[in-house]
Amino acid sequence: MPLKAANDDPDRARRFRDAALPYLDDVYTLARYLLRDAGDAEDAVQECYLRALKHFDSYRGPAMKPWLFAILRNVCHAEFARRASSPTAGIEDVADNAEQTPLWSEAPETPETHVLRERDAGTIRRLVNALAEPFRETFVLREIHNLSYREIADVADVPVGTVMSRLARARAMLRSAWLAEQEPPK
Amino acid sequence: MTCDEARILLHALLDGELDAGHAREVEDHIATCPDCAAELAAYREMSKAIAGADLRYTAPPALRRRIEAALPQAQTQIQAVPSRRAVLRGFAMGSAVSAIAATGLFAIVLRSDDESRITSEIVSAHLRSLQAGHLTDVISTDQHTVKPWFNGKLDVAPPVIDLTAQGFTLIGGRLDYVDARPIGAIVYRRRRHVINLFVAQTASTERRAAKTETFQGFNVRSWSEGGLNYWAVSDIAADELAEFSDKFETASKNSAAG
Repeated sequence: MPLKAANDDPDRARRFRDAALPYLDDVYTLARYLLRDAGDAEDAVQECYLRALKHFDSYRGPAMKPWLFAILRNVCHAEFARRASSPTAGIEDVADNAEQTPLWSEAPETPETHVLRERDAGTIRRLVNALAEPFRETFVLREIHNLSYREIADVADVPVGTVMSRLARARAMLRSAWLAEQEPPK
Repeated sequence: MTCDEARILLHALLDGELDAGHAREVEDHIATCPDCAAELAAYREMSKAIAGADLRYTAPPALRRRIEAALPQAQTQIQAVPSRRAVLRGFAMGSAVSAIAATGLFAIVLRSDDESRITSEIVSAHLRSLQAGHLTDVISTDQHTVKPWFNGKLDVAPPVIDLTAQGFTLIGGRLDYVDARPIGAIVYRRRRHVINLFVAQTASTERRAAKTETFQGFNVRSWSEGGLNYWAVSDIAADELAEFSDKFETASKNSAAG
């Protein structure tokens, strides 16, 4: 249904289309990683674009993509809150605990075990999706969307230092999982 | 610098986020610490593997359509096929087809396909007019302004009829290209929907009754009258488009008689 009143300006709508729609795949990709469900991701992206249109007048730049990501993130967090009463709750709890664990507890590996075998996209996606929420979010914004630390900090509303430590932690966890994957099955 | 510090900062180094001074410090540490050097190498390798894998998702076309449908005035563009690129591809193909058709060879081989090809080109022209910000060359709600504008640009004088009283507002005219030939487009608006009425000369003066077909979600109503072929294209409902063509034909007859 067409939106009403203030949103009912074709010129404004066209500007919004031109500015925001090119990032649809980016926003959808982030939604897939944040929510880990195709249907939920679609709903969240649609809601994100509706909210973005509504607030388009207050958009002052500089970059459209991080702005859309920040909106999407809010939408997704509302979704997390809704899920909180369901059995899949506890994502945030797990994340909090994970963040408190020491960053570098794993034993140093010998250089030979550092060799990471090439993995197909499906496997990497699965490994990324296994990361706890704040780490997954930071990792995806950096590695898939190529956002700067500053932009990630703005999207996730945390200090840059937190972005750096989350990213370090995310990569360490991903690497452990990656190496574990290539243990030959006994 | 301690190894603990270096092992966080090496990520920022990897990401090009360190200023020159800190980058230098981390590099100095790594030069003297094989463990940290191995860490950096491992993460660099992992980043490369990740960059090489396609981890992105593509938004489903249905989602794109739903979002476009929610935008004001999106009605005229909602059916703009899954992506703009797909439209351009389709158009590029249309042009290639036209080029072959111009040689005359195609006319013999694919005669029966001619009509659907023209329909496809008409719809492409309609889409282009919506997307390129080039809906009208001459903007006027006055038929006496729009009609003379076509003089000298086409080998026919398209009848320009104001149907505002009948609920279809004349908003202007445009020169377009279909089948590698210039063609007149008269542009009307029905509420927020755009109707392109394409007019081209035809060798046959036979009257052909209007029929509607649907192509890529657009309704195309075509008819022939007085040596001219007409195609009305829009995303409005088929019955509304039929109403448009009926009113146009009636008004056209009246103005010819008067």
